[in-house]
Amino acid sequence: MTTVEGIVAATRERAANFRTCQFTGLKVDIGAQRLIIANAVAAVVFLAVGGLMGLMVALTRWPAVHLLPAEWFYLILTAHGANVLLFWIIFFEIAVLYFASAVLLNSRLAAPKLGWLGFVLMVVGAIITNVAVLQGESTVMFTSYPPMMARPHFYLGIILFAVGALIGVGLFFGTLMIAKAERTYEGSIPLVTFGALTAAIIAVFTLASGAIILVPTMLWSMGLIRDIDPLMYKLVWWAMGHSSQQINVSAHVSVWYMIGALVLGAKPLSEKVSRGAFFLYILFLQLASAHHLLAEPGISAEWKIVNTSYMMYLAVLGSMIHGLTVPGSIEAAQRRNGFNRGVFEWLRKAPWGNPAFSGMFLSLVMFGFIGGISGVILGTEQLNVLMHNTIYVPGHFHGTVVAGTTLAFMAGTYLVLPLIFQRDIIWPSLARIQPYLFGIGAAGISVFMMGAGTLGVARRHWDINFTDAVIGFQHSPGAFLMMGMNGISAILAALGGIIFVLVVVGTALFGKKIGPGHKMTFPLHSSAAVVSKYGSEGTIKLPGTIVLVTIFFLSFVLYYFVNWKYLSDLWLFR
Amino acid sequence: MAVTSPERRVWWNEPVERVEMIWIAVALLWGLFMFFFMIAWHFIGGQNLSTEAYRVVPSVYQNKVDEFAQKYQVGDESGTPIVRPPAGVDIYLLGRLWQWWPVLQLEKGQSYRLHLSSADWQHGFSLQPTNINIQVHPGYEHVIVLTPTEAGEFGIICNEFCGIGHHTMTGKIIVVDSKAEAK
Repeated sequence: MTTVEGIVAATRERAANFRTCQFTGLKVDIGAQRLIIANAVAAVVFLAVGGLMGLMVALTRWPAVHLLPAEWFYLILTAHGANVLLFWIIFFEIAVLYFASAVLLNSRLAAPKLGWLGFVLMVVGAIITNVAVLQGESTVMFTSYPPMMARPHFYLGIILFAVGALIGVGLFFGTLMIAKAERTYEGSIPLVTFGALTAAIIAVFTLASGAIILVPTMLWSMGLIRDIDPLMYKLVWWAMGHSSQQINVSAHVSVWYMIGALVLGAKPLSEKVSRGAFFLYILFLQLASAHHLLAEPGISAEWKIVNTSYMMYLAVLGSMIHGLTVPGSIEAAQRRNGFNRGVFEWLRKAPWGNPAFSGMFLSLVMFGFIGGISGVILGTEQLNVLMHNTIYVPGHFHGTVVAGTTLAFMAGTYLVLPLIFQRDIIWPSLARIQPYLFGIGAAGISVFMMGAGTLGVARRHWDINFTDAVIGFQHSPGAFLMMGMNGISAILAALGGIIFVLVVVGTALFGKKIGPGHKMTFPLHSSAAVVSKYGSEGTIKLPGTIVLVTIFFLSFVLYYFVNWKYLSDLWLFR
Repeated sequence: MAVTSPERRVWWNEPVERVEMIWIAVALLWGLFMFFFMIAWHFIGGQNLSTEAYRVVPSVYQNKVDEFAQKYQVGDESGTPIVRPPAGVDIYLLGRLWQWWPVLQLEKGQSYRLHLSSADWQHGFSLQPTNINIQVHPGYEHVIVLTPTEAGEFGIICNEFCGIGHHTMTGKIIVVDSKAEAK
């Protein structure tokens, strides 16, 4: 804690420079605002680079197109993973952390100069790793499993990036302490800040695990350490690799709540329940490293069962709770806004033309139905053998990270642009269709990869025709169809991604500056209209949400047992 | 709102709506069910991954596989020996850059102790179209009691990236129906 206190002390004297937001009434520290902009811009740059790489990968895996030669395919796939899964997401998350601490708490940001140091480290690290991959001797995939070895600077770049990100996380904690000490808010921190705090705590665990495994691996690559045990590597590496996805979950659930609040005036149904659900993440999400060890030799069934289920599915419970409280709070808000007829008027008359809302709601639905359910199936001890390392796995995590996190962050960007960049969104009609294009594309790649994986197609594989194999093998025609559909979906998603980047860059450079009295193209909720103490007050009934979660639950149970049926048809092994 | 502090300083004793309580209970029970079902499958199911494994030096393992293949070789497919061990014995499969070696010929309904390891990098044993997928590590010898339940030719592909020849890494298991053969 001394370092955090050091940050607080070092910045106590800084004369913070504030402006007051005309839409939300929040006091915005200009220093924080600049850092949010820088991190958001870097995020979008890496999304653009990594996203285009993803398109090339999908077009190569479409057998009829088969775009890249083998060597380039594996190289680009390695870079795709690092750029989108690490760089895009974590840059954006650092922006979210600064926003959720300094801006939402009306506080000055702790040590903005350190924030810039962290930012520079992250940029430099990300560039070094990209250079290492493009030089061609570090085609080890994002996971870099030993004994396969990359050049030392491949690991160095990721380590620098992680150190930079850790500084950003430290500033978040420092800002919370400043805000508390300077009493910039009353009572408890807002729910969105609480969710961001969850993400930050998991981030410390994650980034530390990354350092613990990547530093010795780099030394091994330099010839200073003789051997890295491949099984041990997987255990610790995935404490970074999978837990960093839990940062995403906490962060994007916070973004869902934030968009619900700003666009519709939604309140948490119950602070206690929503915060409790976040707290379950802190307690149990780190166990997920086990998801990557279910098909490995020599690990006991007891260890697998306890860890892979996040201790009796208590972290899954957290997500299922958010799955009710997020749409529930939106339904309650919409009913207060006057859309009270029938079961679904609140949903039909929701602002589907506002990309912040449509992106958020699509993200919520697809994260739950596609990414969430498939994740539990994959993480079931015995069922894992059906899809371990098949393309079902990327199918699952494109459902969580692309359809879920990325889409939620895109939706959040449509609020960051007017509120933080203070530019109104240009090309509103393009922005309006963007979440749908990207969402349908992302859902497509997830579902079709999962389908192909069920038919046995391997992940990270250049040629499902096995043309050059000595002993040939032929996949079923269905597998080829699935990979083709995956390619088409990837084109849709890429279109949505390109439009997103164009709108963001265009708005940042040429968007109309928002001055006093400006009316936003995609307006926020006029929060003054709502007077109630908490979201469920007045016992507003939520029939629509009940129908939604019932459909979700039935799909979950059905799909769960279908997979046990598949498993029971396999050869016997014990 | 979710972006502002709770309006009541003391928010933790606000009542929780019934629908939330019911959903939490349902989700909790479902989680417990899924947890105990994994345990139950160890008793009622026929597909549980073995936890029997040994540390092994890759070259030593390679010698064991060679010996095994020589002993039971019955044929040859594109330069890879076809090996037909008697039912119930220990059988060996080696993953290496870039093949699964040798080709195994097994009998339907018979159990074998299948040993799996790698000579070099990690590989992914992926039996198709059955879709059984097991990770293979160098330095670890995994022993799985395997019982084929259908006859035919099955491909083994590699689904752990293992360098530029990864997509050419294949192998084969042939399962014969001994009763049908006898007729």
